[in-house]
Amino acid sequence: MERDIRVRKIKDGTVIDHITAGQALNVLRILNLPSSSGATVTVAMNVPSRKAGVKDIVKVEGRELRSEEVDRIALLAPEATINIVRNYRVVEKKKVAIPQMVEGVLGCANPNCITHFEPVKPRFTVESRKPIRLRCHYCERIMCEAEIAKQF
Amino acid sequence: MARTIIHAMRVEFAGRDLVSMRELSRQEIEHILNTAERTEFSGDVLKGRLMCSLFFEPSTRTRLSFETAMKRLGGEVVGFAKPGAASLSKGENLTDTIKTVSCYSDVIVLRHPREGAARLAAEVSDVPVINAGDGSNQHPTQALTDLYTIRREHGRLKVRVAMVGDLKYARTVRSLGQGLAKFGARLLLSSPPGLEMSEELCAELESMGARLEVCTSIEEAVERADVLYVTRIQKERFPDPEEYRKVQGAYRITPELLEIASSRMIVLHPLPRVDEISPEVDHTDRARYFHQVRNSIPVRMAVLSLLLGVV
Ligand SMILES: [Zn+2]
Repeated sequence: MERDIRVRKIKDGTVIDHITAGQALNVLRILNLPSSSGATVTVAMNVPSRKAGVKDIVKVEGRELRSEEVDRIALLAPEATINIVRNYRVVEKKKVAIPQMVEGVLGCANPNCITHFEPVKPRFTVESRKPIRLRCHYCERIMCEAEIAKQF
Repeated sequence: MARTIIHAMRVEFAGRDLVSMRELSRQEIEHILNTAERTEFSGDVLKGRLMCSLFFEPSTRTRLSFETAMKRLGGEVVGFAKPGAASLSKGENLTDTIKTVSCYSDVIVLRHPREGAARLAAEVSDVPVINAGDGSNQHPTQALTDLYTIRREHGRLKVRVAMVGDLKYARTVRSLGQGLAKFGARLLLSSPPGLEMSEELCAELESMGARLEVCTSIEEAVERADVLYVTRIQKERFPDPEEYRKVQGAYRITPELLEIASSRMIVLHPLPRVDEISPEVDHTDRARYFHQVRNSIPVRMAVLSLLLGVV
């Protein structure tokens, strides 16, 4: 497919493609980018896409992100793909996967949940992927898609 | 020659926690109930063991039941009962309290006004933790007591249970519902407007094996049930006092209402009651709520013995 390349190709690093339009900055926040390591990060938003109308893209130069790292973005960009680039060529391509257990990204929507009062990291088990439904490991309440989206 | 050997799945409780009915299998529930039946025994199997009961929210009934169970088995009890949730704001956090207490006790019984407190305690404790109520989430030993009572009366747990009252906030409904679901029980739901069981819980109970039906009237529930499980509408669970006033006194179980019930139908209530069950019902042969109180002792004795690995 011939595509209008608005962002230049990177030599080595990671391209996260097919991010749900409008979520690129939240994706950066979850991945803690740009980090102090100084990697160059390029963001493209509302890029025309055959599949989804428009999409966002994030390119991280000089750093190969591990898939466990990138899987954390699956909550807001379930269609995203991770492309590892070496010497201008994509050597690995993967879809993000919602992990079995979500940790460190979200807080519990139940205001009376113990996680809001004690020094403990909220954790959620994934009850369903489509639509996304998470169960708090502590208070056992279900968080629905709307409650998750509100947090970003 | 290849031979298939079928082992009965071993039920192992020693060293475990009891936090939620969700994680107990049907077989494990049966094992606890069977142990409770035997425990109407009992001897000093927990002599020299110490139970620490931490009640961050008042519940004299549950606390005394646990303490009695421990003492009946020859064990000892220390602990505290705070007068109200206000004391939560002061002092050390729950995590540190549990870590401290788990240094010298053999088992911890925790009642806490916040959901998830028992799970957290179980994670940081070196000794078994028993959830004696965490906010509006779970109360597994109450549910086990209810199941024990139902099984003693009807001989099985695949029964029709009418759940009446606050099906939205009452944690006993959640815990008992999850327990009954694993036995394929039919749940007849009857609640005042605004206190219906959440869709989330309905879906979960169905996925666990329960069959749910919403009753159009309390009479319908009474008429068809083997067990009438009545809950109290708890003022403190209501975010809005106005909402509470609307449903206060919305139903009342009387001997007249019970005339339409089947001859074997029994009435349960996790107690304390306010005015949901008229005192005249106490004198009928259907009332089983004080049996529940009595049954809570062997059930808690069984839980303590199992988690401490002495049976
Ligand atoms: Zn929670």
